[in-house]
Amino acid sequence: VTPQIAIAGAAEAQVGEALPGLSAADVMAQAARAALDDAGLTPAAVDGLFAASTQLPWASVNLGEDLGITPRYTDSTQIGGSSPLAHLEHARAAIAAGLCDVALIAYGSTQRSVGRSSASVQEIDPWEAPYRPMLPVAAYALAASRHMHEYGTTPEQLAWVAVSARRWARRNPRAWSRDELTVSEVLSAPRVCDPLGVRDCCLVTDGGGALVVTSLDRARTLPQPPVVVLGTGEAHSHRHISSMPDLTTTAAVQSGARAFAQAGLTPADVQCCQLYDAFTITPILFLEDLGFCAKGDGGPFVEGGRIAPGGDLPVNTNGGGLSYAHPGMYGLLLLVEAVRQIREEGRDVVLAHGNGGVLSSQCTALLGSEAAAG
Amino acid sequence: LDRSPADVYADHCRRRELAYQVDAEGRPVFRPRVGPFTWAVSAGRGTVYATTVARRRGEEPAHVCLVDLDEGFRMMSAVVGTAPEDVRIGMRVRVAWRDGEDAPVPVFEVDA
Repeated sequence: VTPQIAIAGAAEAQVGEALPGLSAADVMAQAARAALDDAGLTPAAVDGLFAASTQLPWASVNLGEDLGITPRYTDSTQIGGSSPLAHLEHARAAIAAGLCDVALIAYGSTQRSVGRSSASVQEIDPWEAPYRPMLPVAAYALAASRHMHEYGTTPEQLAWVAVSARRWARRNPRAWSRDELTVSEVLSAPRVCDPLGVRDCCLVTDGGGALVVTSLDRARTLPQPPVVVLGTGEAHSHRHISSMPDLTTTAAVQSGARAFAQAGLTPADVQCCQLYDAFTITPILFLEDLGFCAKGDGGPFVEGGRIAPGGDLPVNTNGGGLSYAHPGMYGLLLLVEAVRQIREEGRDVVLAHGNGGVLSSQCTALLGSEAAAG
Repeated sequence: LDRSPADVYADHCRRRELAYQVDAEGRPVFRPRVGPFTWAVSAGRGTVYATTVARRRGEEPAHVCLVDLDEGFRMMSAVVGTAPEDVRIGMRVRVAWRDGEDAPVPVFEVDA
């Protein structure tokens, strides 16, 4: 039997606009120290490091240097915005294998401060570059166009994803965008890549976050109520959008199925979702691919505020990448909000789903209270 | 391996040929890649699979699409000769060529 693991500490740092002069590694280190404080631990307790950032190809090595940690297990897996969810699965495996006892998963970005183009390595692809796709947004626009064609999804339904996120953000004093936003404002905003306009696209902010992960037994001895990792799954299907097998179905089908099977749960058990909202089409795809509705029904599912405050299924309860913050990669902030939902909002089962690249990598985690863990 | 897939592809483009690879079972492979594949030349006819209009600040709107070629492979491209907003999924298209930095670039026209 795989030993149960739990999140014992969680924190964010510099979300929004980072202090001038801070590097991505500084932001990551600040978040990491805050998460360790939250867990009641010091860097000396950590023996596993997990990190990724578009700005830090050796992220876990930076993390070790900055915190003075010489880990016995290290992992800088970079698979885009879903990386921290993959790190959670990898930490689970490493702890189960006895390769580390206390895992620190961290992320930092100064994407807003340094500019989006200098925050990422530009990969030149001979089979896409001649057409100058505005990546990543063009890839998501292509997927949206296909979803609209096959299933009749409408621009209004896409807009509801942005409006619902904004309604959550308006309740969160730390959210970057808090002005009222209506469906017609989303639709009349300047287009970026049809059918997506600027309000269909995530924010560009700075920020970082960190989690401390250990065995459930050890977490029980620490100050915070443990947030149990009930199930995880990871998958990726392509690196380039022109190689995606079916633009309306993501590898979340596989990652979600694995996470649910491990947890022994179904979508009906989930009380709240954090679904990576890089663009308004993504939560629609993930609601379908994770089994919350049938393929093609994601548009009607989000219409009218069903995922907004007061709706049937709370989704992206901090305001998401669309209205809370999106520091280059959003996966870690999504996990921190999932933890907060369990610790502070009394939820027992929360799903966190991360997306990376151009719908390329998909990672799912089911987190729960100790009550849900049984 | 004596030539890179990118070089072989570009040579075909210089002859106005849209090249793709075929695996041992006869299945089409695109993007060109290193592996046990042979090269073939497409008839250049296909169907628009997905479409968008890229709107860069200060530039004319530009078309970007994915085209499913009749041989069974998919590629990124652009439809030319038609307003980008008027390109529809399901439109039949045929290959055309525009100048590129190194070799001509395969684009598509609406197949009337």
